[in-house]
Amino acid sequence: MATVTADKAKVDELKAYIAEHKGIKGPLMPIIQKAQEIFGCLPIDVQDVIAEEMGIPMTDIYGVATFYSQFALEPKGEHVIGLCMGTACYVKNSQPILERLRKELGISEGATTPDGKYSLDATRCLGCCGLAPVMMIDDRVYGRLKPDDIPGILAEYK
Amino acid sequence: MVSVTIDGIKVEVADNTSVLEAAHQAGIKIPTLCYLKGVNAIGSCRMCLVEIENARGLQAACVMPVSDGMIISTNSKRVRDTRRMNLELILSNHERDCLVCKRNYNCELQALAERFGVDDIRYEGEMTHNPIDITSPSIRREPNKCVLCRRCVAACNDIQDIGAIGATERGFKTIIEPVFKKSLADVPCINCGRCVQSCPCGALTVINDTDKVWEAINDPDKHVVVQTAPAVRAALGEAFCMPIGTRVTGKMVTALKRLGFDKVFDTNFAADLTIMEEGTELIERLKENHHLPMITSCSPGWVKYMEHYYEDFFENMSSCKSPQQMMGAIIKSYYAEKNNIDPKKIFVVSVMPCSAKKFELQRPELVGDVDVSITTVELAEMIKQAGINFPELPDDTFDEVLGDSTGAGAIFGNTGGVMEAALRTVYELVTGKKLDNVEFNEVRGLAGVKESQVDLNGTIVKVAVAHGTKNIKKLLNAIRAGEADYHFIEVMACPGGCINGGGQPPINNEQIMTYGDHRILRAKAIYEEDEANTIRKSHENPSIQLLYKEFLGHPGGHKSHDLLHTTYKKRGKYHY
Ligand code: SF4
Ligand code: SF4
Ligand code: SF4
Ligand code: FES
Ligand code: FES
Repeated sequence: MATVTADKAKVDELKAYIAEHKGIKGPLMPIIQKAQEIFGCLPIDVQDVIAEEMGIPMTDIYGVATFYSQFALEPKGEHVIGLCMGTACYVKNSQPILERLRKELGISEGATTPDGKYSLDATRCLGCCGLAPVMMIDDRVYGRLKPDDIPGILAEYK
Repeated sequence: MVSVTIDGIKVEVADNTSVLEAAHQAGIKIPTLCYLKGVNAIGSCRMCLVEIENARGLQAACVMPVSDGMIISTNSKRVRDTRRMNLELILSNHERDCLVCKRNYNCELQALAERFGVDDIRYEGEMTHNPIDITSPSIRREPNKCVLCRRCVAACNDIQDIGAIGATERGFKTIIEPVFKKSLADVPCINCGRCVQSCPCGALTVINDTDKVWEAINDPDKHVVVQTAPAVRAALGEAFCMPIGTRVTGKMVTALKRLGFDKVFDTNFAADLTIMEEGTELIERLKENHHLPMITSCSPGWVKYMEHYYEDFFENMSSCKSPQQMMGAIIKSYYAEKNNIDPKKIFVVSVMPCSAKKFELQRPELVGDVDVSITTVELAEMIKQAGINFPELPDDTFDEVLGDSTGAGAIFGNTGGVMEAALRTVYELVTGKKLDNVEFNEVRGLAGVKESQVDLNGTIVKVAVAHGTKNIKKLLNAIRAGEADYHFIEVMACPGGCINGGGQPPINNEQIMTYGDHRILRAKAIYEEDEANTIRKSHENPSIQLLYKEFLGHPGGHKSHDLLHTTYKKRGKYHY
C-alpha cells in the first residue's frame, strides 16, 4: 500500500516532535495534531510511527483520532462508496453486500484501496429505505442490491 | 474503620471501602455491570446506583467510597426505577437474540433484566449494526451485543498491557474494536481471551467448534481420541454449579467416555513428555552456555506475544512444542503404529482451558497434530447437550499408556508449575541425587514475577516465572536493559496460568466478591491433584520411559526433533 510515511523528512519531523513532547502531561493530543498537520491525515502508517515512538498501543491513538471529527484517517479515494447499514438495509441483507465489497476491493470499511481509486464506508440510513439494501457511489444511488451486482457496478468506475 | 448504615443495617468497614463492598459485607447484593473487581472500576453503567442521605443525585456504589456515618439506601423506589430505566436504555440498543446466544442462561445482562423485573423495553430507538468478526480462530466479536462496559478494554490494556482492542468513535457510534476496522486476526492480538473472560454478555465469546467434534464422533470411519489439559479438571465443575476449585477428574473422564470418544487420554502425559524434552534442552544449553535464558514455549498466547512484541527473544525460546501438540503428534505416530490404526483415520480432539490453542493447532508448522481444540466451556456444553448429569457421575480413569501421568504433569496448569516440574526432573538428572522435597514454593503463588535458584552440582541456576503479559513485559524489559539475568524462565500468557485461561468458565463479579480470587481456588485443586499422585516426577512416569524405549529413543533425539519440536515466526504488529 502506498504509505504517506515514505517521505522520510516528514517522518523525522514527527519523530523529533514526539521526542520533544512525549514527557509532557497529556502528550497524545498535541502529537496527533502535529502528525495531522505534517501528513494531512492519520493513516495507519502514521499511527504506527506514533505508537512505536511513544511505546503505546495503536488503539490509544486510533481511539483519539476517531473520537474527534477534526482528524481524518485517510485521504478519500477518487470514488467514495457508501453502503447503508441502517436498520431497513440491514434487515434486507446489507451484510453480505458489505462482505462482497470488502472482497472485491480488498479493503474494510473506512479504508481506501491502495491505488487510491475507491474508499469504502458503512453509513447510517441514506433515506431511501424503500430501495433497501442501498449503496451510493459518489452521488449515484444503487438499490435492491444483491452481492453479485457488485462486480458489474464497480466495473462502471474502472 | 468507619461505620455506615445500609438499608438499616449497621456495618463497620475499613476506610475507603466502596459502598458496593460495604453492602456486600452487610449481606446486600448491589447489581453491577461495568464493574469487575480487579479489572474495571469506571462507574459508567449506572446499574449499581444507590441513594445516599444528603448527597445530590444517585451515586454509583462501585466507585463511591464510604464515609463515617453514611446512610445508604440500596433498594428505594427511586433507586429501582432509575436502575431499571438505565438498563432498558442499554437493552434498547442490544441485539437480544438470547435463544441463539452463547451466553444464554449465563449472561449478566439477562440476570439484571430478570432481577429488575424488566417486562418491556420502553425505548425503541435506532440500533447499531456492526459486522460480526469471526476471522480469528479463537475469538468471536459480536459488537451488536456490546454494552460498552469496557471490561474487555481494561482486561486487554490494563491487565495484559496489550491494547489489541479499544473504544473508538463517539456517542451512538462508539464501538469496541481493533484499529482501522481490522479483524482481530489481523492485529497483534494473542488470542488469550482475557477479554472474553471479562465480558458480561455475548459480545465476546470463544469461537465454538463443538459441531466439528460431534461430527467426528458420529463418523464411524474415524477413530476419535480426546486429550484433556491439566487445568480443565479444576474448573469444569463450575459449569455445573459445583463450587469453584472442585476437582472433577474422574467425572470428566466418565463424561468423555459417555460422549463417545474412542480413547480418553491425558495431556498431562504430554506435559511429562515436555519436561523430558525441555529439561534435556535446558541441560544442553546450560552446558554450552548459549541461548540463555531459555524460555518455555507451552503457552500459545505467550508464543504469539513473543512473535509480535519480543522478536529479539526468538533464540531464547525452547524449541519444544506445547503439550497439546506433542500429544497429538504422539497419538498419530506411536499410538497409531502400536495399535495398527491408520493415522489418517485418527481424529484428535483436545479439551483446553485456553482460547489460544485453537490458533496454535492451525499454525502451518504444527497443523495436523490436533484436529480440533475445544474449551472447558465447550466441553460443558457438549455434556449438557448429551443430557449427562455431570455432578452425579461416577469416577473413571484415563485409558492406558497415553493416559498415565505424574503430579509434575498436573501442575502445568498453574503459574510456576512448568518450572517446578522441570526443576524436579532436571535436578535429579543433573545431580544424580534424590530430591527430598519436590515442592518448590518460591515459584508458586500469584506474585507477578517470581524468582528462585537451584544448585545443580555447584552450578547455581537462576530461574524466574512470569504470568500475564503485563508481568512478562516487565521481566523481559528488565532483561533487555541488562538489569536481570536468568538461566531459565517460565512464561504463561494468562494471569495465574492455564487455570485462568480464556476457555475456562467466566467468573462474574459477584463470585469474586463472594468466594475471593478464583485462581487461588483452582490452583489448590491442581496442587491436590499433584499430591494425590504417587509419582510426582516426570522422568519416573513408567509410560514415558516406555515411550522412549519403544519408540523415541532418547530425549532430544532424532525422532523427538521430528515430532516434538517446532519453530517460530516473526510477525511484526500491523501490516499495511
Ligand atoms: S448477550 Fe445476554 S441478553 Fe444479549 S442476547 Fe446474549 S444472552 Fe441475551
Ligand atoms: S484475546 Fe487477549 S490480546 Fe486479544 S483482544 Fe482479547 S485480551 Fe486482547
Ligand atoms: S465487548 Fe463485552 S466487555 Fe467489551 S465493552 Fe462490550 S460488553 Fe463490555
Ligand atoms: S436503512 Fe438503508 S436507506 Fe434507510
Ligand atoms: S457504574 Fe457501578 S457497576 Fe457500572
